[in-house]
This record gives sequence, C-alpha cells and structure tokens, in this order.
Amino acid sequence: MIKKIVTLHSLKGWLFAFGLLGIAMVLLPLLNIFVPEESVLHVPDYMFSLLGKYLCYALVALAVDLIWGYTGILSLGHGVFFSMGGYAMGMYLMRSIGKEGVYKSDLPDFMVFLDWKELPWYWYGFDYFAFTLLVILILPGLFAFTFGYFAFKSRIKGVYFAIITQAMTYALMLLFFRNETGFGGNNGLTDFKRILGYSLQEPSTKMSLYIITIIVLFLSYVLSRYVVQSKLGRVLTAIRDAESRVMFSGYNTLHYKLFVWTLSAFLCGIAGALYVPQVGIINPSEMQPSNSIEMAIWVAVGGRGTLSGALVGAGLVNGAKSWFTVAAPDYWLYFLGTLFIVLTLFFPKGLVGVFSRFSSKDKVREPS
Amino acid sequence: MTKTSTLYKYQKLKVASKSRKVFIRFFGVFLFLAAGLLPLSLVEANDFESALKGLGSKSRSKIKIAVKLLGDMGNPAAIPALEALRNKRLQISEGGALIILDESGDQGHDALSGKQVDLNSLELRKPRINNSVRRVLSMTIGKLQLTSGDSDVRLAAAKELLKRPSSGLVVLVEKALAKESDDEVREIFLLVLAKEGLNSDDKKKRLQSLKTIKEIGNNDFKTDLEALLEKDEKGEFLEKDPTIRKSASQAISSIERRQFFINQAANLFYGLSLGSILLLAALGLAITFGLMGVINMAHGEMLMIGAYATFVVQNLFKEYLPGFFDWYLVVAIPIAFTASAIIGVILERSVIRHLYGRPLETLLATWGISLILIQSVRLVFGAQNVEVANPYYLSGGVEVMNGVVLPYSRIAIIIFVVFVVISVWTLLQKTSLGLQVRAVTQNRGMASCLGISTHKIDMYTFGLGSGVAGLGGLALSQIGNVGPELGQLYIVDSFMVVVLGGVGKIAGTVVGALGLGFVNKFLEPIAGAVLGKIIVLVLIIALIQKRPQGLFALKGRMADN
Repeated sequence: MIKKIVTLHSLKGWLFAFGLLGIAMVLLPLLNIFVPEESVLHVPDYMFSLLGKYLCYALVALAVDLIWGYTGILSLGHGVFFSMGGYAMGMYLMRSIGKEGVYKSDLPDFMVFLDWKELPWYWYGFDYFAFTLLVILILPGLFAFTFGYFAFKSRIKGVYFAIITQAMTYALMLLFFRNETGFGGNNGLTDFKRILGYSLQEPSTKMSLYIITIIVLFLSYVLSRYVVQSKLGRVLTAIRDAESRVMFSGYNTLHYKLFVWTLSAFLCGIAGALYVPQVGIINPSEMQPSNSIEMAIWVAVGGRGTLSGALVGAGLVNGAKSWFTVAAPDYWLYFLGTLFIVLTLFFPKGLVGVFSRFSSKDKVREPS
Repeated sequence: MTKTSTLYKYQKLKVASKSRKVFIRFFGVFLFLAAGLLPLSLVEANDFESALKGLGSKSRSKIKIAVKLLGDMGNPAAIPALEALRNKRLQISEGGALIILDESGDQGHDALSGKQVDLNSLELRKPRINNSVRRVLSMTIGKLQLTSGDSDVRLAAAKELLKRPSSGLVVLVEKALAKESDDEVREIFLLVLAKEGLNSDDKKKRLQSLKTIKEIGNNDFKTDLEALLEKDEKGEFLEKDPTIRKSASQAISSIERRQFFINQAANLFYGLSLGSILLLAALGLAITFGLMGVINMAHGEMLMIGAYATFVVQNLFKEYLPGFFDWYLVVAIPIAFTASAIIGVILERSVIRHLYGRPLETLLATWGISLILIQSVRLVFGAQNVEVANPYYLSGGVEVMNGVVLPYSRIAIIIFVVFVVISVWTLLQKTSLGLQVRAVTQNRGMASCLGISTHKIDMYTFGLGSGVAGLGGLALSQIGNVGPELGQLYIVDSFMVVVLGGVGKIAGTVVGALGLGFVNKFLEPIAGAVLGKIIVLVLIIALIQKRPQGLFALKGRMADN
C-alpha cells in the first residue's frame, strides 16, 4: 500500500509537491509572524483567509476533475455538494454563537427574526462538532449516491446528465432561498463567532484553518492520484473514452461511475465545510447554476484529466476573479465568457496541455 | 389664487362652525317638513337644470332637497354631479354654476354643459355637506344607477351594493330586479337581496336567501355563512334554528365545490399559458438539439434579445410614429425573429461549428457566449429592467367567472404560439428545406452522402431555432419584466421540456411544454411554487427511468446516440 502511494509520482514529482507544501505550510506563516509589517516580504493576516478560500476551490476542482476529467461525466451541480458541506458547518457555527447574537436568544438570529419559537428538528445535533463532522462526511456523499444511482441506472449521460444536475442545483437553490426552509433564506448563515471555542476573528484561528485546509487538500490529492492510477482509475478512463466497449468487456459501469461520483461529492462537501469558517458566510447563491458551471471552467483552464492542472486552474481563475471584481467589475463576465470560448476552441487540454507541447517528456492524458 | 382660495374657505368654515348649532336647531324642524312636502310641489315646477343647481346651494337642507329631487326625477345625467359632490370634487362658482374637478384637481368642467373651464379665472367655493346629506346622496346615486338604462352602470352599482350593503336600498333593488332583463345583473341583485335576507326575522325569507346563496353565491358569502354555524363558549350554536344551520352548511359546501371548479379552470388556463411560453422557449432548443446534438446554453439569451428587440421597436415607434404606437408589436414580430436569428447564425458559424462531436464542450462554450451577451446588454441598456408597454388591444382582460380574469396578453400568446408551432411544423414537414433538416437529424453522414450540404442546414436550423426563441422573447415582454437575466429564468425549464419531450419531434416538445406547464400550475396551490418545481424535477427523473430518451423518442438506429 505505502509502496503504491510512493510510486504515484517520480522522485522529482514528490520533491516538487513537498516543496510547495513546505512553502505554503511553513514559509508563508513564518513570513507572517517573523517579518515586520513594513517589509515587502511580510504576508498579511487577511492573505490566509484568501488563500484558504482558493484552496477550498482547488479541492472542488480536484473533485470535478475526478468526475469530468477522468470519467467524462460533466456535472453542473457540484455547487449542491459544496453547499451541503458548507451549510452543515454553518449550522454548527450558528449554534456555537450561543446567546451572543443580536437578539440574545438561544435560537439563531434569523429564527428569532422570523418569530420561530423552537429549533426545527433538523437542527438538532449541530451543537456537537462530532455530529457535524459526521454529517459533513456522510450527507453529500449519500445524496450524491442516491441521485447518481437513479441517474446512472437509467443510463442518463452526456448533456442529459449535465442538464439534470443543473436542474437539481437550481431546484435546491430555490428551496434554500425560502425562509420557511429554515436555513436563513436569502441571507443564509453568517455572523459566526467561534469554532470549537476559538474565536474566528483571531489570526491564529485563521492560520490554523488555513493549515488544516492545506493538509486536507494534500491528502485529497494523494487519494485522488491513488484512485486514478489504480486499476479502477483505468476503468474510469476507459468509460470516458468508450463506455459501450467497457460494458461489452463485462464491467458494470454503474458501480464505477457511482463510486467516483460519490467520491467527488464527498470531497466537494469537505471543501464546503472548510470554506465556510474562512469566508464567514454561506448562502443559497452558492447553488446558483452559474457557480457550478464556473467550477467546470477551473478544471478546463488547468487541463482536464490532470489533477494538478485542476489545482492550478482553480487558483488562476479565482485569482483573476478577485482582481477583476476590484479593478474592472464590468469586464469580468467578458473575461470569463471569452475564457470559456477560447479554451474550448483552442486549448481543449488547458494550461497543462500548453506546457506539455514544449516538454514532450510529461505525457498528458488525452481527454475526450 | 390657490392660496387666497384656501384662506377664504378657512374663514367661511369658521363662521359656519360658530353658527352651526343655531343652524341645526332652526332647520331641524324645517328640514322635516321640507323633505316631505317640497319635492312633491317642486317636481313639476322645476326642471332638471334648476334641481341640479340646487346642489350648489349654501344651506345643507336645500342641498338635501335638491338631491332627493334629482333622485325622484330618475335622470341618470345627474350621477356625475352627485358623485362629485360625494367625493368632494364639486365646486360652485360665483355665478352658481357647478364645476366638477377631475381627479388631479387641476382641471374642471361645467356639470351642465360639460365644457372645460379655466379654474384660475373663477372664484370657487365648496358646498358643505354632513352625514345626513351624505346618506341621502349615497341612496340617490344608488337609485339612479340601479335604474340607469346602461346595463354596465347597473352592474357596477349592484356590485358596489354587494360589497357595501345599505339596507335602505333593499326596496329599490327589489323594484329594479322586477324590471331587470340582463341575467348577469339579475344574479347580483338576487345576491344583494339574499345577503340582506340573511339577517331578516322571517325564517322563510332566511331559508330562501340561503337557497339563493347556495345556487349562485361566491366565496364572499362564506364568512356570513360560517357565522351562522358558530358556537358560543358553552358549545351551543349561536343560531338556534337547526334548519337554518343545515341549509347554511349546505350552502357552504356548494360554494366550496363551485370555487374548486373555478380554481381548477383558472389553473388550467394559467397552466396552458405557462406551457405555451415554455413551448416558445424550448421549441428552438429542441430543434437544434435534435439536429446537432448540442445544447445551446445561450438559448435563453436569444429570448432576451427578442425581448430587447421588441423594446427597441417600441421606443422607435414612441419617438417617430406615436400615432401608430399600438401597432409596434406587429412590426416587432419579424424584427425580434430576425435579430435573434442573426445572432444565432453568427454563433453557429463562429463557435459551435468548430465543436462538433464535443457536446459537453459546446455546452461550456455557449455558456461563455451567454455571459458575454448578458454583460453586453447590461452595458448597452443598463442592468435595470426596461418597460415594454402593452398595446391597447392587449391590456386588460376578460372576466369569465367571478374572480377569474384572463388577461388578453396571455390569450394572445396562446394563439400566437399555436401560429408559431403550425408554421414551424409546416416548414419542417412540407418544405424541401424541412425535408433536408429531417434527413440531417436522422443520419448526418448519409444525408451528406446524398448531397445535402449539412453545414448550410445546420446554419439555417440554428437561425430558425434562435429566431423562434426571439419570438418567445417578444411574447414574454408582454407579460413580464424585460431585463438582462430574462433568459436565465427560463433556460432551466426549457431544458426540462427538452429532456421530457425528447428530441427530433415537435409533438414531443409540445406535450413536454404543456405537461410541464399544467403540472407546475396544479402543484403550485397544493405544494407552493418552489416545492412544486422540486416535485416536477423528481417526477422528470422518475420518468426518465422509464423512458431515458424522453416521451417521444425517435425509434430505431438513431436511438443509441
């Protein structure tokens, strides 16, 4: 097992990965703590929340790459799994505000505002972190499993599957927008105070969350790499390239698709849960169909079917988004739209594909 | 002028309040006598004109007499002046002429001649009336309206009475009922009497009233009826008579049953309306999806472009041809179609053509296009919704039953959709272009071998599909807001229509769209709009289990793709 994991990458690859890990986990925090604020090299506190957010997006991109890049199933509904993890974490954070809300009530503020007298049953248990963690790890996967079982069983694929998942996220978005649903409606969950007793305002908490995110992302990356390079991963790629032939060879593609779909949702849910305490809000707009489509473009920018490309793409697109929304908000949609068109027309393999043209040593898997 | 007039009025009021007590005492007796005697003697002596002038009299009692007099004459021409008096819009000039102000209070016309008068050149005062005059006034207006020769006026008066009953008019209603020939008005008269009869002391009359309500009553009677069935704290019925109670509960269930049917009929209509809109939105999508196997995510934006094209045509008419403004919509039909079609063709030529065989990537690329189109419209027309006015022949609606109003715009859209569907069907089934389109849809390679230029067909079809969406946008502009996100609202639903109906057959799209429209509208009152949508989604997924290619799948060799 360990041997298998070690052989996932060449020595150069591992060195590179650990180098990056070292920079992110050791160098940046050191630059924040020991370098004086006037210095150019100083990394400001807010940077860790921002980087943490990008890392969560990278985890989402990893999940989307598994299902789209390797298995060829385009999901336009990954925002749902992200939001499920996010809302579960948000509910825990809401409960841990205690009586310190605006209305000094035991109930979350929005419930007091809506004149609710007691906690709805589905909020029970979110006082405990262990329970919340369990929900985060199980619920998105379980939901994906159920949805995927019915969808894949009736052989919905290609554009049909994309549309159905889009409708799913759209419907759930509408549901969460309602105040009656009991998740804060339009405003969602926000104004969090602390997690596990640590104040979310403290730089140290922020940095800890950031470091946890890095570790989770790294482990998820290794797990995904392990999956795609196993025999199972080969079958997934085969399904992407010629599903009928795989079926004729005696494989039940339903099981494989269902597995990777559930795994993808699982990773996405974790990303959502890590995202919420760092960003400080979760609301139904995360489930907008457009958000889920953007997730696909992160992967496409980096290069489909190359896990590292997904990570790079998520970082680049979101970095560009942050820059545009400040510098030229009117042109962000133009940029994004052009990115969609240019990538699909001219760079179907993404950035990784562009680089591999120059160095033919790295073999890039051919995406469909 | 306005300032001095208010000052003047103020002083007059002061004087009036000082002398009010004396006034009332003195005229109380006089009034009593006058009300009984004067009308009789004056009817013959005075004609209508002088009676009307009497409304401008300075004493309240004289006003009251004049009002009664007008009521006895039964001339409906007096109604505007009387109503103006009630609504405090009647003013009297120095010369005693009656001026009726319009609602804004800036303009007025003479009550007798109907001529516009210049308010600034006149010294005006308001006649003073009190509650006693007001009572007589309401009664008289009601009476005049009930006996009016115009059945619309009678209907309006009867409806007003139903809302605000006034027991004094019962006798009048009974008289009017005897003479009434219009069934609609008769029905409402009967209801007015029934409402009154419920509170009568005569048991027979009450039962008769309940029977009437049971037969023709509507939801408004439910509270009255439920009051009859209420219990006091001890659990005893407030209404002692069991036959009345039985009759009342029967009436309630009858009303509820009727209301249920009315609601279902309304749902049917609104379902049909929603379905026809979805059909316009999804028709083009289904054609292009069937032909090329690609989903055009920018299809919703074709709707938006059609709607904005309508908006632009409207503005051009407003600017250059205000006289023909109401016909802008007719001109907008070809323009909305062409605008969307051109954009569609450009889109196909520049992007989609290069992505054949890569449906998922087409999906993403067209999404990018839709973002660019949305943002462009936002920059050109602004992010706010723009207003597209209904022409006069599409504003308003027809009330088919109590509480069910069918807007003309929605009726027109349903007819329009029928027209569009028939045109598209004819185009696809009866022309050689249609034949080629169907050939390419069924088997692209073989069609190409037989000499059909598939590239051209793709382009035409894409133009057609986009153009139909443009027409959908035109239709939407007549019933809803027009904004940059217009297309986004309908895109998910039109995808659902395509998934449900399958591709390649118009019948599938028609059934899918109408089915979705009906199911949505019938679920809405039961489960709410949002839950309804979710239930619809679950139903679609369940249905796909049975028929993965939609309801109307193509059979045979093509079915595998």
